[in-house]
Amino acid sequence: MKFEQPAGHNPIDQLKVVGRSTERIDGPLKTTGRAAYAYERHDVAPDAAYGYVLGAAIAKGRIEAMDLSVAQAAPGVLAIVTARNAGKLGKGRMNTAKLLGGPEIEHYHQAVAVVVAESFEQARAAAHLIRVRYARHKGSFDLAGTLDTAVKPGAQSDTAVGDFEAAYAAAPVTLDATYATPDHSHAMMEPHASVAIWNGDELTLWTSNQMIDWGRSDVARTLNLPREKVRLVSPFIGGGFGGKLFVRSDAVLAALGARAAKRPVKLALQRPLIFNNATHRPATIQRLRLGAGHDGRLTAIAHESWSGDLPGGGPETAVRQTRLLYAGANRLTRERLARLDLPEGNAMRAPGEAPGLMALEIAMDEMAEKLGMDPIEFRIVNDTQIDPEHPQRPFSQRELVRCLRNGADRFGWQQRNPKPASVRDGRWLVGIGVAAAFRNNLVRTSAARVRLSSDGGVTVETDMTDIGTGSYTIIAQTAAEMMGLPLEQVSVRLGDSRFPVSAGSGGQWGANSSTAGVYAACMKLREAVAARLGLDAATAHFADGRVSVGGRSLPLAQAARGGELVVEDQIEYGDLDERYQQSTFGAHFVEVGVDAATGEIRLRRMLAVCAAGRILNPLSARSQVIGAMTMGAGAALMEELAVDKRLGYFVNHDLAGYEVPVHADIPHQEVIFLDETDPISSPMKAKGVGELGICGVAAAVANAVYNATGVRVRRYPVTLDKLLDQLPEYT
Amino acid sequence: MRAFTYERAASPAAAAASAVRMANAKFVAGGTNLLDLMKLEIETPSHLIDVNNLALDTIDSMDDGGLRIGALVRNTDLAADARVRRDYPLLSRALVAGASGQLRNMATTAGNLLQRTRCPYFYDTNQPCNKRVPGSGCAAIGGVSRQHAVVGGSKACIATHPSDMAVAMRALDAVVETVAADGATRRIPIADFHRLPGDTPQIETTLKTGELITAVTLPAPIGGIQQYHKVRDRASYAFALVSVGLIVQRDGTGRVALGGVAHKPWRVEAADRELPHGAKAVAGKLFADAHPTEENAYKLTLAQRTLAALLADARA
Repeated sequence: MKFEQPAGHNPIDQLKVVGRSTERIDGPLKTTGRAAYAYERHDVAPDAAYGYVLGAAIAKGRIEAMDLSVAQAAPGVLAIVTARNAGKLGKGRMNTAKLLGGPEIEHYHQAVAVVVAESFEQARAAAHLIRVRYARHKGSFDLAGTLDTAVKPGAQSDTAVGDFEAAYAAAPVTLDATYATPDHSHAMMEPHASVAIWNGDELTLWTSNQMIDWGRSDVARTLNLPREKVRLVSPFIGGGFGGKLFVRSDAVLAALGARAAKRPVKLALQRPLIFNNATHRPATIQRLRLGAGHDGRLTAIAHESWSGDLPGGGPETAVRQTRLLYAGANRLTRERLARLDLPEGNAMRAPGEAPGLMALEIAMDEMAEKLGMDPIEFRIVNDTQIDPEHPQRPFSQRELVRCLRNGADRFGWQQRNPKPASVRDGRWLVGIGVAAAFRNNLVRTSAARVRLSSDGGVTVETDMTDIGTGSYTIIAQTAAEMMGLPLEQVSVRLGDSRFPVSAGSGGQWGANSSTAGVYAACMKLREAVAARLGLDAATAHFADGRVSVGGRSLPLAQAARGGELVVEDQIEYGDLDERYQQSTFGAHFVEVGVDAATGEIRLRRMLAVCAAGRILNPLSARSQVIGAMTMGAGAALMEELAVDKRLGYFVNHDLAGYEVPVHADIPHQEVIFLDETDPISSPMKAKGVGELGICGVAAAVANAVYNATGVRVRRYPVTLDKLLDQLPEYT
Repeated sequence: MRAFTYERAASPAAAAASAVRMANAKFVAGGTNLLDLMKLEIETPSHLIDVNNLALDTIDSMDDGGLRIGALVRNTDLAADARVRRDYPLLSRALVAGASGQLRNMATTAGNLLQRTRCPYFYDTNQPCNKRVPGSGCAAIGGVSRQHAVVGGSKACIATHPSDMAVAMRALDAVVETVAADGATRRIPIADFHRLPGDTPQIETTLKTGELITAVTLPAPIGGIQQYHKVRDRASYAFALVSVGLIVQRDGTGRVALGGVAHKPWRVEAADRELPHGAKAVAGKLFADAHPTEENAYKLTLAQRTLAALLADARA
């Protein structure tokens, strides 16, 4: 099905199943431990051997010698694979550095060997017996030191409209401020993990991956196999956040280890390895220049961002939202990319917007103060209903103003004292902050297969993944709505490369695109059903397990009496996303307390108001948003991969050193979804929401800290050591 | 993890004797720290002596009004003990500020005193660390050091001691009781128990080879208002940036000990005497010889301000 015109009325609009808060259909499997994650697939590989990865001990250089002899002779060792004996390997299209390094070392903890042994403990012990002699090379590890050498990475890196410099020079009120966001780790609960099984020249990987088809292609490329010889299965994923968009070393090394050991191999990346071996969200340095008239209207907006990556890598696209979020005649954005020999930077939840808004939305707060305006009014004054760089492109829907106003009412914004450091609750300095949320809505081709069986049940098969987001449930809701069935009559099978290729889970495109693919397949099934039953598909009504036209009504199951009905289709998109700017909007409100003595910052309450099209399942969407808000709180207050600029690696590479919020950090969260449908987005009239929830949160926290203390922190995370010197003396 | 031999000790003295007899031996009790370090090959004992069956898990009231805490008393049980909560609230508060419920259920009193630093360079066997590999150097000096020691460090090591419990013990003038291989017992004041790093940061206590902690005794309760504030970036389950254990009497005298600032729980008796003069005077004595790095100099301010807040609370 090609989606080329805005959606009209369609079966989804009945909202008998879709749009209703529905508990996850996979929930009982998870709460009872019956949802088997990759590392737990004892059923498919009861005789699996264990792989353990040895990571490079240096950040950049060369392996001069590697002695495997002691390790090879260690108890239980079946095989050791290194770049020397792995055979010729390719590299995945989505990978920047090689997943098996050597002799060149591109980054710290790049895998240099995998040891396969009978037990995990034996593999781990033997890995410690491998002796490697390295030659260290000089590397580039300090982003701030590379700004002069940073280059324009691509054609989309720069935009300019009007004459920014002149408008900025002429503006009566201006702001010029520089912000820094650190490297972040996905820090998902389930490590990257795979079980690899060879059957002749065919490879099956039971793995944990967000994008099955990308993964399949890149495994094939890396191992120089035909794509058809590779199968990926990933039905359950214990968190990904972008860290599992791509094939990582667990999958490749499990496959190589299994080939060498002639045994299935299971392998989970060791936690202390993940932070440097896998990808991370790159640090940024961002400069914002804003110019406005006394009326608060922005006349000049410039956003420049610097980030770094390994050669061949890409920039953190932190300026992209600034091209779209606020009106202003004169604009400039620039992304610059420096070479860094730190581990590979790549996508993490809301790449671009998440760190971009961390800077932009503090700048807006600072500018509002300079203008003597309320921060919400300042944002509303600068709202736009068209793409400011391309005025011919309207937004498909844009409800930012309503998000801000609703949130202000709900949160009690009127009670905020605009004068910083003026509200006290015992020892706590109390402040309230706001930030706009913005994340683009991306649409991707997505296919599904649907089966109607003789008992009247429907099964959906698609390689879509559920990374804890609720994909199983919204797909079941979609099929139930389309076929006029109760939810229990629908089964959903996901995450297998034998199923039709879906949008996958990433960039908050998964929910809308994958359900739209299921919609397309179900439309086709409705036609097939009608044909079998001799009914007119165009006028047939599917409800309560029956198909009705006029006075005739037949059981849906009857269509499969002669054999299962199986159809497949995909949703493809025309140019609606070019003609219209499709984005999601929100507003985040945060109240913090700052200990006047110690500077400790604690959240008191958070509110997100989201405008993201039709919300397919308010319950699971809320879970997505509160999870994202929590992640935003982490980015605001504690998350930072600490770079050793001499040794070139992230030092705090475990979950004790890389702190993410605990329950005690998140006292109260509320989420409001505006009642909105976006017919330009898809037949589902939905958009993404899982990343919108993180966008702007950190800035709202930082702004609340400013309101509480009068201390403006422009370098994340906002920690007490950055406040203490500027807080009033405490005696 | 290296292969090791294992035995279950029959008595404290037998455990100590075995630790002398067997090369490269370690005691194991709760295992909450040692086993993690063994998996990473930061600790590589050849022999483990399991002391869990030694019946050192009771808390006994003593004739002098003090308390004798068996070496194997779990942190959870110690924190919840009615006598501890009533007479030594500082200790109870420090304990529950540490780790997580699950860890406290396993972690023992003696093990807590002996836990190793959380310096990230100590934790990465690819990096030099004088504490892990004597003579290899210290990567923390000149490296990432926001969490490190500001006082009492050396050119060889700027690691901190991570314990909360030990900070309270230090303020309460606890005494560590031990038994040696020959059955001889010893009482080590907590002030003398932990060492500063000097040139030998790998030697963290004054315990002799094989010497086993059997108990920690607390002198008779001294009363006063007892507070423990642990400052950290997140609200729970994090090591202290700075922690302050404070006991203040009605007359304004008292004791103060700090965590997160040094290689050992940090108490300076001369600083105690300044308590009636306020936090600044106390901090001046506590940090008379401080050598912070650029990244952790904030700890000096933080400790003083935290102490000021606790003093204000105590007055209120």
